[in-house]
Amino acid sequence: MTPSTFLSFFLNGLTSAMTFFIIASGLTLIYGVLRILNLAHGSLFMLGAFFTYQLTQWLGNFWYALLFAPLICGVAGILMERIFLRPVYGVPIPFQLLLTFGLMLLIADIVRIFWGVAFRTATEPKVLSGTMNIFGVSYPRYNFFVIVMGVIVGIFIWLFLTKTRFGKMIRASSSDREVASGMGINVPWLYTSVFGIGAYLAGLSGVLAAPLRSIMLEMDVHTIVEAFAIVVIGGLGSIPGALIGSLLLGQLNSFGTLYIPRFEMAFMYVFMAIILLIRPKGLLGEEVS
Amino acid sequence: MLNRYLWFTGLIILIILAPLFLSNFLVVFLTEMLIMILFAISFNLLFGYTGLLSFGHAAFFSIGSYVTGLILLHIYPSIPLAFLIGVIAATLAACIIGYFCVRLDEIYFAMLTLAFGMMVHTIVWKWDRLTGGADGLVNIPRPPLNFLLFQVDLSSIASYYYFTLILVAISLYILWVIVNSHFGLALKAIRENSDRIQFVGINVRRYRLISFVISGFFCGLAGAIFGPFLKSITPSIAFWTKSAEPVFMSLLGGTKIFLAPAVGSVIFMYLKEIISGYTELWMIYLGAILIGFVLFLPGGIVGFLYEKLKGRRLGGIVG
Repeated sequence: MTPSTFLSFFLNGLTSAMTFFIIASGLTLIYGVLRILNLAHGSLFMLGAFFTYQLTQWLGNFWYALLFAPLICGVAGILMERIFLRPVYGVPIPFQLLLTFGLMLLIADIVRIFWGVAFRTATEPKVLSGTMNIFGVSYPRYNFFVIVMGVIVGIFIWLFLTKTRFGKMIRASSSDREVASGMGINVPWLYTSVFGIGAYLAGLSGVLAAPLRSIMLEMDVHTIVEAFAIVVIGGLGSIPGALIGSLLLGQLNSFGTLYIPRFEMAFMYVFMAIILLIRPKGLLGEEVS
Repeated sequence: MLNRYLWFTGLIILIILAPLFLSNFLVVFLTEMLIMILFAISFNLLFGYTGLLSFGHAAFFSIGSYVTGLILLHIYPSIPLAFLIGVIAATLAACIIGYFCVRLDEIYFAMLTLAFGMMVHTIVWKWDRLTGGADGLVNIPRPPLNFLLFQVDLSSIASYYYFTLILVAISLYILWVIVNSHFGLALKAIRENSDRIQFVGINVRRYRLISFVISGFFCGLAGAIFGPFLKSITPSIAFWTKSAEPVFMSLLGGTKIFLAPAVGSVIFMYLKEIISGYTELWMIYLGAILIGFVLFLPGGIVGFLYEKLKGRRLGGIVG
């Protein structure tokens, strides 16, 4: 393999890793604080992609989609939390899964009502169409933009969680809910906001992924299981873990098509199983006490 | 008490006579319902009785189904042979997968079963030379059953219904004996407090593994029946959403009573079938019903009735 083919495969892996990272960070953030495994998280990703299709159709401009589609998903997430999830925080995990599964079915059919079963595509903005030169490799501009966006979002999340008062509140209640509430943190309000942020990130990931793939029903069930794998590999509740899981999965997807075509996904699940067996809390999760 | 037995006998007579007065469409529907009942109840041995939430039981269902289908299609068209090998394959898979999974608890157990389930799905989906890929297996034959003195034809809808009914009834009886044995009691004790049971000197991991394998065995049988029933199978029966079905059927019915998941399967299948008869958008209604159920009736429908009627509590669900 020449260095330039290697580089282009590596960049492809990085591009998909960044869309994975953005959705997985939302999922893991929600799990870390709310202890809810949201099966409808992939549905918010799918909504983001379909909104992108619709907004670029109506307004002819990808940037509006980038601005508004994640916001709509965030608002949808806030409504989901207030109406459906708030009453079930006390109930056992299987019932929470049943509830979010119900939400997943609901959203899938809502998408079907509005957009039908046909495949849709969204086009990248004009500025980002075509290719650019990276170390002698001619590479699509839009993919490079996605990588940059992933880095920006990652830095934003890091600054937000470590430097802002609100971010510190999130980390506090993620590590100990009761003490956090005892220190005067308004937990119900915090839960709603975290769920909203998680939904925003899922939507954002859907927007960024939209021009890279065909937009269709069933994106939800496939995306959610990949996101689960990433989050479990990195460590449930850990955002750096989500980053590492995404980078691994991205490269596996990219080089996997080269060396182990068709079975690259099986390797991801093998990897997920090995991690669970040796380090149940994931690569960057806390040790099991 | 007498009243209850009357109801029960009446129900059994109805189930036995069903093909005589129901349309073909409904008999096919009932057959599928029976298969799903077996799937749900054998899943619930692990979930409701042992306290382990598996999100990968479609693996055993699909392995049973695919191996049976492949034997019937390519090796030798004999139902007993194909079923035997199909169920053995599913049981072996349950031994291997279970060996690893019972080391973990709670959400990590669920995630590990999900990982194994999706591995099986990827193999079933991508190994297209063997499994037909996304198209799956088509034209699975349904050869007659050969006894020494006579043959039983299985090609009609009614005969396959009875064939399914007998297999499911025997399986449920065996499962019922298991959950009411000392072994079943130990499983329930593990569910309630696994630490304490370990102290008593019971090897929790081994009991969980045995429960896992029995559960996989019967899920494999359900899958084996399913292949020749539908005559064609696709990788969707190995996908994680298929694993979710018995979870939700058990939760709908209730996990603490042996036959309650059957009620859950009946309701789940009925809703799916009836709603999809009226509108393509059945998922929206099923979704709404599942949500309403969690918000207003946790504990299951049968559990709810049981508690109302007996004034007793069944205790919370673990997981």
